Amino acid sequence: MLDLDMSPYGAFVWPAWAVTAIVLGAVVARAVASARRWKAELKRLEDEDAA
Amino acid sequence: MFGLANPDRFMRFTAPVTPVLWVLAALLLAIGAWLSFTAPGDYQQGDTVRIMFVHVPAASLGLGAYAALGVSSFFALVFRHSLADAAARAAALPGAAFTALALITGGLWGQPMWGTWWVWDARLTSVLVLFLFYLGYMALRSSIDDEQKAARAAAVLGLVGLINLPIVKFSVDWWNTLHQPASLLRAGGTSLDPVFLAPLLTMMAAYGALFGAIWLTTIRAEVVRRRVQGIRARRALEA
Repeated sequence: MLDLDMSPYGAFVWPAWAVTAIVLGAVVARAVASARRWKAELKRLEDEDAA
Repeated sequence: MFGLANPDRFMRFTAPVTPVLWVLAALLLAIGAWLSFTAPGDYQQGDTVRIMFVHVPAASLGLGAYAALGVSSFFALVFRHSLADAAARAAALPGAAFTALALITGGLWGQPMWGTWWVWDARLTSVLVLFLFYLGYMALRSSIDDEQKAARAAAVLGLVGLINLPIVKFSVDWWNTLHQPASLLRAGGTSLDPVFLAPLLTMMAAYGALFGAIWLTTIRAEVVRRRVQGIRARRALEA
């Protein structure tokens, strides 16, 4: 059964999960944004070459 | 495997694999989080046992990502594969993030259970050294303008850092540490109860898939970046 009452350890359990979500979210966002940026730049240059 | 050292072949092979890894990571993370919060509290540690489900996978992937970085550095140095250099570079940031998370969540677990955020015992210190190797690798790469020189210098540092991996792994056996010895991979089988083993293994698989997805996405972006640089260099020569 789902139990979200972490007392008396909520001050340790929730920050551990929160910092995990924030750090992993940031790494994922950076990887995806970088991939999209370079893909768009390559397409722009190839379109210029084709034109 | 050497066939994949060809960037075009690598891009073709990983194009369908990468999104599958992203979906797999998302599914496993959702299932793992559900299992982590539906498992009962431990009879001794109470709800702090739920920190284990994010701490242990982070530590494992911190080591695993460095192994990927070190092995890729070896291939980059010996065989001069540019893709191996891209693979080493792509493993650094997620590996550093996993290692930082292992240190932070370890402190958050240590304070209520050990009564301290940090001790200079062999396991904690060797993981901190691992984190410093990641930072050193990234700092060295970004401090040298010539990309080829930066790649070679960083690859040497990456290889040297491999020495630290067995020290991290066996630190709890070689020295007396406050950190507990291995409870998952040990002689005689795991000492974990199945109610904790299921969420832990699911989260470890999720972290593995997530690292794979981030790694492949970043290597693919690096291949594309080098193509962009190639086009820009060609245009500069033609101008």
